[in-house]
Amino acid sequence: MAYTIQGKTQEWEVVVGLEVHAQVTSKAKLFSGASAAYGGAPNSQVSLVDAAMPGVLPVINSYCIEQAVRTGLGLRAKINEDSVFERKNYFYPDLPQGYQISQYQKPIVGEGVVMLDMEDGTRREIGIERLHMEQDAGKSMHDQAPSSSYIDLNRSGICLMEIVSKPDMRSSGEAGAFLRKLRSIMRYLGTCDGNMEEGSMRADVNVSVRPLGSSRYLTRTETKNVNSVRFVMQAIEFESNRQTVAYENGDSVIQETRLFDSQCSETRAMRAKEFAHDYRYFPDPDLLPLKLSSSFIQKIQDGLPELPDEKRDRFMEDYELKAYDAGILVADQEVANYFEDIAIDHDPKLSANWIITNLFSVLKKLGCNIVESPISASDLGELIGLVEDNTISGRTAKEVFDTMIDTGKSASDIVDEKGLKQISDISQIDTIIKQVLTDNPKQLAQVKAGNAKVIGWFVGQVMKATKGKANPEIVNKLLREKIK
Amino acid sequence: MSFDRKVVYNVANLARIRVAEENIDNLATELSAIIKWVEQLNEVDTYTVQAMNNVTNSTLPQRNDSVLDGGYPKDVLANAPESVDDYFTVPKVVE
Repeated sequence: MAYTIQGKTQEWEVVVGLEVHAQVTSKAKLFSGASAAYGGAPNSQVSLVDAAMPGVLPVINSYCIEQAVRTGLGLRAKINEDSVFERKNYFYPDLPQGYQISQYQKPIVGEGVVMLDMEDGTRREIGIERLHMEQDAGKSMHDQAPSSSYIDLNRSGICLMEIVSKPDMRSSGEAGAFLRKLRSIMRYLGTCDGNMEEGSMRADVNVSVRPLGSSRYLTRTETKNVNSVRFVMQAIEFESNRQTVAYENGDSVIQETRLFDSQCSETRAMRAKEFAHDYRYFPDPDLLPLKLSSSFIQKIQDGLPELPDEKRDRFMEDYELKAYDAGILVADQEVANYFEDIAIDHDPKLSANWIITNLFSVLKKLGCNIVESPISASDLGELIGLVEDNTISGRTAKEVFDTMIDTGKSASDIVDEKGLKQISDISQIDTIIKQVLTDNPKQLAQVKAGNAKVIGWFVGQVMKATKGKANPEIVNKLLREKIK
Repeated sequence: MSFDRKVVYNVANLARIRVAEENIDNLATELSAIIKWVEQLNEVDTYTVQAMNNVTNSTLPQRNDSVLDGGYPKDVLANAPESVDDYFTVPKVVE
């Protein structure tokens, strides 16, 4: 079920490609020893290299190289043993060098792939064109003073990975799924924290539309620096609709750079001269080509953790979960661990259900993640255990779960205190049934006369007599035996 | 390849160098001559020669991921024409 835009005369297909800037989680910057931490006092994390003082030389951070390769391998991409750093030349106040050190013709990572599991059960393969390393620029603030902009170079020189997808996405939903999957992979690898609020992941969004069925690419626009998954999706929806309307009105779409305005969820053209760039890339004479040995790459490959796709397949195989449920559980490594801590001792499907339907809604309400969950995996496991051994019914378990969140007490303590333990003792239930039957001779006569519906009424009476704690299965069985 | 007036304008603009109008023609001639001189290299057939980026066989030096630098905003800002509260300030650049 492809996503299309219904125009006046025909259906249009949306074509999306993303350029994702992901900040490498390193302690120091790509070419200097200044800190790459977020939120320092202005210009306190700036070396003379980052400030581009004359006479300084960049020296590359070996950890950043390793993280770029790790990410490439996580994207099942080709790692290039030879890559080259080039200068991308342009002038802007937050770029003290007057050029950004980046990679152009020979990036460190080539073609790879990201798999998307869509909600409708389909699987989409999105191609990766390349991944290259580059320096981040400083930060400009335009709202501090009426006639000047403030520049903080703390971010200047931090290592970014620019991950370029192929134009393989066909809807805003796929673009959102791609970003979430990419973030999940990088978090598993530990190469980027994916924190979009702090700017450690941002995307440039390339959008074009074309008549459904056409295989030709029409003119695309690029919306720069969009900093949340939701905004990326909104930018795509706005842009694709804008372009469709333009074509249908006989106008053309021009190739341009646009900005996303999150206040009104739309994109705007930047002033033309701002992006009439001629970057004049050339190899940086301060940096020799980067050569990687195959043993270096192999060592990183051997140290890769189990990644989301592999974990999902294993969850489906070992725990017999459905693809979509498994996909939800593996998206966050901590959730996957939480699940496995429970599922090792308890029924996996029941455990997955409790996490996905009950725990997630509580976490959402409290605004916390699974690590901060008020209920630990062993606490939830204990509750599930009580359901499994028939100590409590599934319905009672939900009540206990809510009490656990409110009081922080353990499931068994709550069951004991509130006397919620299910009565499964046959002789005890038998006594109650006998009593109920004796007390209601009229209804008993009706059953004996063949009115089967009244059996249900008796079950209800027994449950009432036990305050809902009798095991309903046993009650049913014993009643039928008695009345027969 | 030769430099005409338009190319000189463009290069000067990209490099943010102000060039007086009366110097444009002269620069075009001079730059064209330099390019022409360098173009003599095209006479050598290098089809079978590997590109070389250094003569010493060195490899790219690398550093460890340790924070050993920074923490001196006053030094960083020492040459700034203007600054406020440890920020550089520049004439407003905004859309």
